[in-house]
Amino acid sequence: MLNQLARDVKASMSIYDAGDDKVYGLLAEFAHPGELLHAAEAVREAGFRHFDTHSPFPIHGMDKAMGLGNSIVGWITLGGGITGLSLATLMQWWMGAVDYPINISGKPFFAVEPSIPIMFELTVLLASLATAAGMFALNGLPRPYNPLFYSKNFARVTDDAFFLHIAASDTKFDRDATAQMLEKLGASNVETIHDHGVEDQD
Amino acid sequence: MSTASTDKTLAHLADFHDEAPLVKGNLTFHDITEIVSSHTEKKTPFAWYGAFSLALAGLMLLVGMIAYLFWNGTGVWGLNNPVGWGYAIVNFVFWVGIGHAGTLISAILFLFRQQWRTAINRSAEAMTIFAVICALVFPTIHVGRVWAIYWTLPLPNQMNMWPQFKSPLLWDVFAVSTYFTVSLVFWYIGLVPDLASMRDRAKGKLRKLVLGVASMGWTGANRHWRNYEKAYLLLAALATPLVLSVHSVVSFDFAVSIVPGWHTTIFPPYFVAGAIFSGFAMVVTLLVIARKIYGVENIITVDHLEKMNIIILLTGTMVGFAYITEFFIAWYSGVQYEQYAFVNRMFGPYAWAYWTMMSCNLFFPQFFWFKKLRRNITFMFIISIFVNIGMWFERFVITVTSLHRDYLPSSWDYYTPTAVDVLTFVGTFGLFFTLFLLFLRFMPMVAVAEVKGIMPEADPHFYDHEGDGHHAEHAVEPSTQQ
Repeated sequence: MLNQLARDVKASMSIYDAGDDKVYGLLAEFAHPGELLHAAEAVREAGFRHFDTHSPFPIHGMDKAMGLGNSIVGWITLGGGITGLSLATLMQWWMGAVDYPINISGKPFFAVEPSIPIMFELTVLLASLATAAGMFALNGLPRPYNPLFYSKNFARVTDDAFFLHIAASDTKFDRDATAQMLEKLGASNVETIHDHGVEDQD
Repeated sequence: MSTASTDKTLAHLADFHDEAPLVKGNLTFHDITEIVSSHTEKKTPFAWYGAFSLALAGLMLLVGMIAYLFWNGTGVWGLNNPVGWGYAIVNFVFWVGIGHAGTLISAILFLFRQQWRTAINRSAEAMTIFAVICALVFPTIHVGRVWAIYWTLPLPNQMNMWPQFKSPLLWDVFAVSTYFTVSLVFWYIGLVPDLASMRDRAKGKLRKLVLGVASMGWTGANRHWRNYEKAYLLLAALATPLVLSVHSVVSFDFAVSIVPGWHTTIFPPYFVAGAIFSGFAMVVTLLVIARKIYGVENIITVDHLEKMNIIILLTGTMVGFAYITEFFIAWYSGVQYEQYAFVNRMFGPYAWAYWTMMSCNLFFPQFFWFKKLRRNITFMFIISIFVNIGMWFERFVITVTSLHRDYLPSSWDYYTPTAVDVLTFVGTFGLFFTLFLLFLRFMPMVAVAEVKGIMPEADPHFYDHEGDGHHAEHAVEPSTQQ
C-alpha cells in the first residue's frame, strides 16, 4: 500500500516507473495548444491517469482538461507565513523583554507597534521561501534524470512543440492500442520512450 | 499573425486589454526563442567587451575606495558634526528606490494582469537585484567598524547582547535583506523555464550541464506548470506588499527621528512613489539601449516604453505633489523649525540642489503629456536621465538640508562631499553595470515562456471556430518545422 502511495505521489509530479520491458511511455506530438488540449481531454475521458502534457508555456484550461484540481502550494505558503510571523513575534519578545531587556527612552521592552515591521518582513520572507521550496518539492524538482530527455524530438518542448506523454505505468496502457488512439487524436510523430539509459539514435 | 484573424482573436483575448498585439512583426514561438536565446549563444560582440571593461574599471574603483575607507575610517568622507549622514545614505536610498520598479513590474503589474509586462519584467527584475546589491554596500561600509556589521543580525554572541528591535535602522536590515532574498527567488523561478529552453538548444557539453543543473530538469509538464503558476501568483502577491513596505521602512529611518523636515507622516507613501518613479526612469534608460543593441525591438516595443513613460509622468507628478504638500504642512504646523527647514531648502545654501530636484522630478516629466514626445526614443532617454539625476538630488536634499541646520544655529555647518564620496558613488555604477552586462550576456533578457504565453496563438481557443472544435481556416499554425 505504501508503494502504491509513493507511486501516486510520484505520478502527481510527472514521475513514472518503467515496466519490465523498459518501456517508459508513449510521446505524441501535437500541432498546437488547441489540439493538445482536446487530446488531453480525450485521453482523460478514455480513463488514463498517468499522463501529462508538455508545452513551452502554461496552456489555459489544461488543468481542467486533464482533470487536475487546484494546486496545494497555497497551504505551504500559509504554513511558511505563520511560521515567520510566530518566529518574529517570539524573537522580538524574548530577545527584547526576557533575555536582554534594555531601557531605551522609557519605551516598553516589548510592544506590538514597533515589532510590526519585522513581523511583516519575516512573514513575507518565510512565506516566499516556503512557496518556492514547496513548488519545487511538489513538482519533484530538481530531477536531472528523465527518460523523456532521450527523445531528440522532445528538446523542442521548451521552444515551440506540444507533447502528450502517456506513461507505461498506467493500468490502461497498451503500447499498440494507445499509440493508435493517439494517432486518431491527431498526433504526429508518436514515439516509444525507453528507460534504458541510452540516447535514441534516430 | 494574419490581419484577418486579428479582430476575432483579440476580441477573444479582450478580457483584460483591447489593444494592438503586444508582440510585433509576425513572430512565431520559435522566433521568440531564437531572438532571445541566440544572444547568449553567439560569439561575444566586441562592443560588449568595451562596455564591460568600462564597467569593470568602475567596479575596481569602488573596491579601491572601499579599501581606502576601511584602512582610514569614515574620516575620509565629507561627514561633519551636524551632517552625520551624507553620501552613503543618499546613495543607499537612491539605489533601493531604483530597485522598486522591477518588483512593481514583475509583481504588481502581474496581479493587475498587465500583459505588456512580460516583455520587460526579466530585465527589470535583474535591475532590481543589482540595484539592491549596490544599495547594500552603503549601510555596510557606513557603520565605520565594518567587522562588527554582524551585530545587526540576531546572532547569539559572546557578549550576550541582542539587536535593538525598536530601531528603524534594524527594521531596515530586515526589510532590505528580505526584499533582496524574495526578489532573487522570484527572479529565479521566472528563469527556470527559460533556462530549460536554453539547455535544450545548448551545443557544448559544459553549457548543457550548467544549464541542466540550473533549470532543474524542467520539461514544461502541465502538472508542473500547475504548481508553478500558483507559486508565481503567490510570490507576486507576497512581493506586492513587500515592495511597498521596503521603502516605507527606509523612510522610517528619517520619519521616526525628530529632525525638522524628516518628522512627517507623508514620508512612506512619498518615498514609495519616488522609488517607483526613479526605478521606471532607470528601466527606460537601460532598455532603450539594450533593445537596440540586442535587436529585440519587436518584443520590447515603443508601446511598452510609452506605458512606462506614462507611469513616470504619473509618479513624477505624485512626487511633485508630495513636495508641495510637505511645504504646506510645514507652514500649517506653525512650528518655527519645520517652517525654517523648508524655506532653507528653497532659498538656503542648498537651493541649487532643491531646484535641480524640482525641475528634474516635477517639471521635465510633464512633457510626457504629449503622445509624440513620450513615444520619441531620444526624448524619453534624455528625460529618463534627468529623472535619475533628480531623484538622486531628492535624497540629497532630504538628507543634507535637514541635517545641516537643525535646531541650534551655533551647530550649523555646510556639508561638502570629498572625492572619496563621489568616486565611491561612481564606483557603484561600475558594480551595477558589471552585473547588468553579465546578465545581458549570459541570461535570457526577456521572459521567453511568458511572452509566448500572452501571444494569441497560445490560447487553445485561437484555433477554434465558434465553439465547434474545428480549426479555423485562417488560424496560423505555429511553426513546428525544425
